Amino acid sequence: MFLVKLLARNAFRHRLRTLLTILGITVAILAFGLLQTVVTAWYAGVNGSSSTRLVCRNAVSLVFSLPFAYQERIRHLEGVTGLTYENWFGGVYITEKNFFPNFAVDAKSYFDIYPEFVLPQEQKRAFLLDRKGCVAGKKLADRFGWHIGDTVTLKGTIYPGTWEYVVRGIYSGAEKSTDESQFFFHWDYLNETLKKTVSRRSDQIGVFIIGLRNPQSAPEISLAVDATFRNSLAETLTETEKAFQLSFVSMTEAIVVAIRIVSFVVIIIIMVVVANTMAMTARERIGEYAIFKALGFEWHHIVGMIFGESLFITGTGGAIGIVLTFPVAGKFGEIMGTFFPVFQIERSTLYLDILFCLIVGIVAAVFPSWRAVRIKIADGLRRVG
Amino acid sequence: MNVSPENPQIMVSLSAVSKAYQRGNQPVPVLEGISFEIVRGEFLALMGPSGSGKSTLLNLIAGIDTVDSGSIVIDGVDIATLNEVVLARWRAANVGFIFQFYNLIPVLTAFENVELPLMLTSLSRRERRDHVEAALEVVGLMDRLEHNPSQLSGGQQQRVAIARAIVTDPAILVADEPTGDLDRVSAEEILALMTRLNGEQHKTIIMVTHDPRAAEKAHSIRHLEKGLLTDVPC
Repeated sequence: MFLVKLLARNAFRHRLRTLLTILGITVAILAFGLLQTVVTAWYAGVNGSSSTRLVCRNAVSLVFSLPFAYQERIRHLEGVTGLTYENWFGGVYITEKNFFPNFAVDAKSYFDIYPEFVLPQEQKRAFLLDRKGCVAGKKLADRFGWHIGDTVTLKGTIYPGTWEYVVRGIYSGAEKSTDESQFFFHWDYLNETLKKTVSRRSDQIGVFIIGLRNPQSAPEISLAVDATFRNSLAETLTETEKAFQLSFVSMTEAIVVAIRIVSFVVIIIIMVVVANTMAMTARERIGEYAIFKALGFEWHHIVGMIFGESLFITGTGGAIGIVLTFPVAGKFGEIMGTFFPVFQIERSTLYLDILFCLIVGIVAAVFPSWRAVRIKIADGLRRVG
Repeated sequence: MNVSPENPQIMVSLSAVSKAYQRGNQPVPVLEGISFEIVRGEFLALMGPSGSGKSTLLNLIAGIDTVDSGSIVIDGVDIATLNEVVLARWRAANVGFIFQFYNLIPVLTAFENVELPLMLTSLSRRERRDHVEAALEVVGLMDRLEHNPSQLSGGQQQRVAIARAIVTDPAILVADEPTGDLDRVSAEEILALMTRLNGEQHKTIIMVTHDPRAAEKAHSIRHLEKGLLTDVPC
């Protein structure tokens, strides 16, 4: 108790300096937490992917589609328990600023393959019955104030025209990490329209999503699917959903690496700042440490005082930083909702925050402690007065 | 520890003590072959011009500096042979310090400053409180328990420092210019207090001073000049 009192009083002996140091740590921990959460959000699709799903696309590029007819041949392969398909629609709602992912999906099978999109039964039924129906994620519906029965119009970019939908369902995520910002409508609606307007683009699929009974069978089934369509006009590339999502992230890997580096640089900078504060503090108190030693306090008492004060400062700044990370990340997530549909602070980020507070506190105290321990009492006492 | 049972009345025994400081590569002798004894309960004043080595000698006796050669036996213990950890514990138990600039910890109250040496003991909180109050009672500062050093006058701060020095009931008090930073009246009060501690509690006091009027309060005065004792005990 006495030591804690002494540490707290020592820490606030130079109030402005200590408060500025705490503020620096708070900002650093906040910045680190946010940047780490951005990285996590970047990988949200990867982390949310299922090991029991394979994605089958055109081997040349995702830009090219696959024939609708492939579905029957895939469905009958050994180990395949389900199959659905989707086309990236790329529609624009009012303005391009309102971007959200929208897909033409097979309404009958899609929600069976993606059980994490939870849709009430009656809404699912209504969606199935209405060819122009659509299902929006809860976050997306909240964003634009959509309700069941509302009409939503998208401007097609890949598929030109104005496309009207009626909101028949609003899904919610089974888990916190489930993306609730997507928009689904009937692939049949798209396909039938294309048959009338650009018939050569009809009966084409963006990707097939294959359901598996056993995740261990993924390599064999991937090979089997690709072997089925080898030497065809549209060869396939089948991979796990995780690998498929990673292929998107890898395109922007350099940005993620840069964010990661910046987040660690922030910690190194604050480490130097705290080390400077502690060095100044220890230099000013050399005389006092000499008094403590003269009174019989040993080296570990002196080291304890310096480390304690350093950890007190970093702990206080870190705790404030961690607490502030939640509302700031919430606001940031709201603003960046389009780019980061899943923006939540991971527990590992909080552990890293705590770990870095400890490391900064310890590293900053090493040199001042070494100096204070080495000083001879007689030399230290000469500095008093 | 070397115990010298020869004469139990001898509290401090210095034998051929030498000390030099390094200035660059040059050793600068500060004390040369100092030998003398201080009996138990004595009040000794060490006098001499600046740079004569009196503070160094006090530091050696107090165990906060080490000799280059010779021995210092205090109450039967040759402190020159103790390692740093043992020496720190020995200081905590046996020596009370009174400094010219009081050297109180500014963030602690008078009570807490006095309590500080007791933090190294196994006393309970209640026992510590009793000891601290007794020490502050001796120096007449019971009404200033919760004051910080900055809220006390120089004389009061020095009295707190004396309370801190006696709270562990050490055998020896070492005082380095205890009145050097005080006005005449406060200096008289401090000297009176030290005389009382010597007379009533039989503390062995070794005081470094420039002030002849302070030295007058001591039982004996030793003069140092250029690292050598220049007188015979008086």
